[in-house]
Amino acid sequence: MNAFEYAQPATLDEAQALLTSASGPVAVLAGGTDLLTAMKQGIVNPARVVSLKSIEELRGIEVSSDAVRIGAMTTLSELAAHPDVARLYPCLVTAIKGIGSPQIANMGTVGGDLCQHPRCWYYRNGFGLFGMNNGASLVLEGDNRYHAIFGNDGPAKFVNVSSLAPGLIALDATFNVRGADKQMRDIPAADFFKTPSAPEESLTSLAAGEVLTHITIPAAQTRNATYEVRERHGLDWPLVTASVAYTDAGGSAQNVRVVLGHVAPTPWVVDAAAKTLEGKAIDEAAAAACGTSAVADAKPLSMNGYKVQLAKVAVKRALLAAAG
Amino acid sequence: MPFRKKPEEPSGLSRRGFLKTVGAGTVAGGLIGESATPPRASAQAPALAGPGPIPLELNINGKVEKVSVEPRVTLLDTLRNHLDLTGSKKVCDRGTCGACTVLLDNKPIYSCSMLAVEAQGHAVQTIESLGTPEQLSAIQAAFVEHDAQQCGFCTPGFVVACTAFVHDHPNATLEDVRAGLGGNLCRCGTYHGVTEAVLQVVKTGKGGA
Repeated sequence: MNAFEYAQPATLDEAQALLTSASGPVAVLAGGTDLLTAMKQGIVNPARVVSLKSIEELRGIEVSSDAVRIGAMTTLSELAAHPDVARLYPCLVTAIKGIGSPQIANMGTVGGDLCQHPRCWYYRNGFGLFGMNNGASLVLEGDNRYHAIFGNDGPAKFVNVSSLAPGLIALDATFNVRGADKQMRDIPAADFFKTPSAPEESLTSLAAGEVLTHITIPAAQTRNATYEVRERHGLDWPLVTASVAYTDAGGSAQNVRVVLGHVAPTPWVVDAAAKTLEGKAIDEAAAAACGTSAVADAKPLSMNGYKVQLAKVAVKRALLAAAG
Repeated sequence: MPFRKKPEEPSGLSRRGFLKTVGAGTVAGGLIGESATPPRASAQAPALAGPGPIPLELNINGKVEKVSVEPRVTLLDTLRNHLDLTGSKKVCDRGTCGACTVLLDNKPIYSCSMLAVEAQGHAVQTIESLGTPEQLSAIQAAFVEHDAQQCGFCTPGFVVACTAFVHDHPNATLEDVRAGLGGNLCRCGTYHGVTEAVLQVVKTGKGGA
């Protein structure tokens, strides 16, 4: 890990002043479970690290009658243990439990989970976000068993690995972002994530000096669930996940959201498949049909065709879990 | 000996009570206040520390330890290389094995994935504070009884993680144990012994000790 200057300010004003005044590359430190690894691997090399750990206003969960507001520095353990979160958002609790390591859940934060660097092994071994070597795609030529099956037409073929993002998008959450000018802006969860078309482009819609401060989720009672397909329990990322949410209107589903994780460079929203369930009862046949529809546009690479089947089944099982 | 002599600890206090007592005496704020970097001219500008070594005061196993390390040095490397506390093991060094597990304010964390500078103001407890060769902790005794180690390299991390787990899950089932210890790996595959050891401590109700 390269040497860097470090600050742990107590306020957002101070933190953002430190982020914008740096002359070299700067990194925001949250829980550290991803950033420190990326720095040891030499794929992120900041000259200045600004920790958000002492900023009290970024921690904690506020529950009101119409929304649940989660500070970005709330740990994953704190989120999963919150009684209102457990009652309203089982899709998030399942995703956190799936991480499988109490140590990661105790350290990792909500904001950090959403801003993780991809796990693509070519990226992690120094071949850049797109895994290129001498103009050739190592992903296409090499081992792409864990790579994208959607949204992989461009140079980005890695997958987004956030545990919470698919659930937050399904729940229609809003990401609250504070600019360097101290102005707040709201970003719908689905619009936060970007697929870069050039190596220097960002993976999120955060501008320089902007900080993700809170996540706001409508408190409306929905049926929601996450289903993860994994090789190992814990200490690994899932192969494919599906998060679903809908309003139960007397036995028929309304406002159905279906979001896949680990299948594309961003969380992958499958609205067309979700629409097939509008006004219907969620039963085995309807859920299976939705899963089939969700993967209709999949374009697997040479070694990851199996993920299409996993995604199809994950959607079905998430819907059936939500329906109870 | 796998376990170091326990630092002096007031008798009659539980581990948790002891940590709370110690924690109350430490200063949580002012993390960067003692930085070697001189304060900047503007009163508005927050202090920056490093990149050179900075003096830190860490609360390790109930004692205040003074070290001077660069901000980039992890808590694990500080324990092992600067404080001669080599019980916490450096294996993967990227948060995927659990051999470096320590307790931070009583919660298990990976010390490889935290900077030492971030640990200021928190109570850190390492494997060295758990039990003595003469008087093993409940988890350590159960590990011996159930042959819960083979090569032993993952054992310190497992013992710390198990200690926290049984304290927080006094009625754990086998499924709970498996899920709750998911943050630690054993390359020898001695999981059966570990789960048996933990279940025994749960059954005897000694996990709070």
